[in-house]
Amino acid sequence: MQANVLVVRTSEPPRLRVVERVREIWSRREVLLNLVRKELKVKYVSSFLGAVWSLLNPIVFLAVFGFVALIAGLALPNFTIYLLSALLGWNFFTTSITNAARSVIDNGNLVKKVAFPREVLPLSSIGVAGFDYVLQMVVLFLFMALTTYGVSAPAILLFPLAVVTTLAFTSALSFLIAALNVRYRDVQHLLNLSLLVWFWLTPIVYPEGLVQEKLQHYHLLGVNAFRLYLLNPMTDITIAFHRALYGAGHTIVSSGKPALVSYGVDTIALLLCAVLVASLILLRVTWKVFFDLSGDFAEEL
Amino acid sequence: MSVAAIEVRDVSKRFRLYREKPTSIKQRLLSTRSRAVEFWALRDVSFDVPQGSTLGLIGHNGSGKTTILKIIAGILRPTAGIVNQRGRLSALLELGAGFHPELTGRENVYLNASFLGLTRRDIDRTYDAIVEFAELEQFMDNQVKFYSSGMLVRLGFAVAVHVDPEVLLIDEVLAVGDEAFQAKCIGRVRDFQREGRTIILVTHALGRVTELCDRAVMLHHGVVHKQGTPEDVVREMRYVLLGIEDPDFVPEEGSRAAEIAGVDLIAPDGRAGVPILVGDPLTIQVDVRSNRPVDDLDVDFQVLDGATNHPVLDARTSSGGMDVASFDGKKRVRFLVDAFPYQPGKYWVTIGLSSRTTGELYHVQTQRYAFDVVDVPRIQERVDVSVQIEVDDL
Repeated sequence: MQANVLVVRTSEPPRLRVVERVREIWSRREVLLNLVRKELKVKYVSSFLGAVWSLLNPIVFLAVFGFVALIAGLALPNFTIYLLSALLGWNFFTTSITNAARSVIDNGNLVKKVAFPREVLPLSSIGVAGFDYVLQMVVLFLFMALTTYGVSAPAILLFPLAVVTTLAFTSALSFLIAALNVRYRDVQHLLNLSLLVWFWLTPIVYPEGLVQEKLQHYHLLGVNAFRLYLLNPMTDITIAFHRALYGAGHTIVSSGKPALVSYGVDTIALLLCAVLVASLILLRVTWKVFFDLSGDFAEEL
Repeated sequence: MSVAAIEVRDVSKRFRLYREKPTSIKQRLLSTRSRAVEFWALRDVSFDVPQGSTLGLIGHNGSGKTTILKIIAGILRPTAGIVNQRGRLSALLELGAGFHPELTGRENVYLNASFLGLTRRDIDRTYDAIVEFAELEQFMDNQVKFYSSGMLVRLGFAVAVHVDPEVLLIDEVLAVGDEAFQAKCIGRVRDFQREGRTIILVTHALGRVTELCDRAVMLHHGVVHKQGTPEDVVREMRYVLLGIEDPDFVPEEGSRAAEIAGVDLIAPDGRAGVPILVGDPLTIQVDVRSNRPVDDLDVDFQVLDGATNHPVLDARTSSGGMDVASFDGKKRVRFLVDAFPYQPGKYWVTIGLSSRTTGELYHVQTQRYAFDVVDVPRIQERVDVSVQIEVDDL
């Protein structure tokens, strides 16, 4: 019971106390669950194929990029698994943040009329994308099982770590973009362009091993160019997904070059942990930005 | 009762009104500060709501009622001042918040109720009651896009009245539905009151305020214009609504050489304080007590239409040819108003005692008394009027 808890409202934005806030959001989890349920339902209701649509998108991707890779001579063995293992995670990331960008605006009427923790809105975008991700991953795992594509014990451990890292990084960006987009609608346009560039900077459709081979001979300001390439968190996450699902125990070559980076599982795990820690720090910062700005959402809309 | 569930202290709220709100970085850089017009929706508003009491919040459109509710609910932040609030709070600012046309009635109930702070278990428990209240038993598995607007309102309200907060903010939502449904809603508010919940009720229906509230606050252009008993505040509101903005409104004045000791508005059956039927006579009985010998007393009354505040009837003893004789003590003056020919509604009565010779005001009570005129629904009896018949070739 929180009877007689005194709530004080002043002009000052309240301080963000993470534990307290998490507890508050948890107590209103029903709102979050219902919003996710609503989005999914609305997305698939009165469509004949329903949730199958969320599977068609990666399949079309697969067909197109499989074709391109074949033409370009980058054909990787088991390209399906190489592509999907990372692409599904990438799709989760981009769907989350593009929907989160609009989440506050699209629910403007609620924001203006109902009091609830505003974090619920971007979180529900992540939840909806997460549902599709789980669905798609189940299909991928089924496919791997049917084609008896093996995974190896230590490498597969990278998978849950990569998922958690993706989630943390996605949440951090979602809060920031959702909050900024309320005031500056430029953000959503900028976002679409950035994601396009970002996609090609991340080794999702092309072999990461090739990048390592090419870049490690160059230096920028005395830093190895491949190290700079790894500063993109989505690259580290992608590398981890590849190693966990695609390259476990296999030495895969593409046109005579290694398809995967030469790092061991332990090095990749370390990279991933670094990204995770950085994401959590970023999340704390962007959450505060969101929290502070959220007090004005009802006015800005 | 002694603890305040809500304390509003010197709350001010400033809005910036943009001609066109800059929503991009470019616009924001280009637009100068001066283009935004500042507007104070609230200025130093203070009031308390004791636990378990009901406060009526009235004021014309744009007076800041909804803004203060939103600040109390935590939807808006005050520009200055403090709100202290104790206990679980639920704000009903809109019916059916979050309703989505593609979802079924059942799904919308769960969605909407969660916004109002109910847990899944709460809703499971009250679901049947909600459906019964909305009278939509057969339609709960239909998408609400097939509902009529009346059904939607009923569903929204049914969820709203099943919330379980200690503090309830209700904005205008009582003003929906037909008579019967409204009566049901009022009944629920009374239940809430009996259960000891604290309520703030925002409404345009002034009758509801006197009917339901313990106290009332009137906001006018963002400041507290008056607070006090519902009767006083509602009377003030009527003045302001009618454009008679009289900050010097004095309900009583005069030298009190003679005083109004009592006023009764008597129906033909001899009872006082009951509604008058349309077309019935009315007796206005004024008891006067003198504090010194008075030999030139003039008693007058004025009846004002409560809807328009226009005077509709007046009379005075002197001009009626009745000179009240010199007296020291008590007198009773009766104005016998023949068949009262006015519209049904509320009427205010002003009583005045003055001097016939000098015009000195002894005692005036402005709109202190009121009576209702009601129409009795009658069954149309058989009539005997001629009917002409025409037949034409086509």
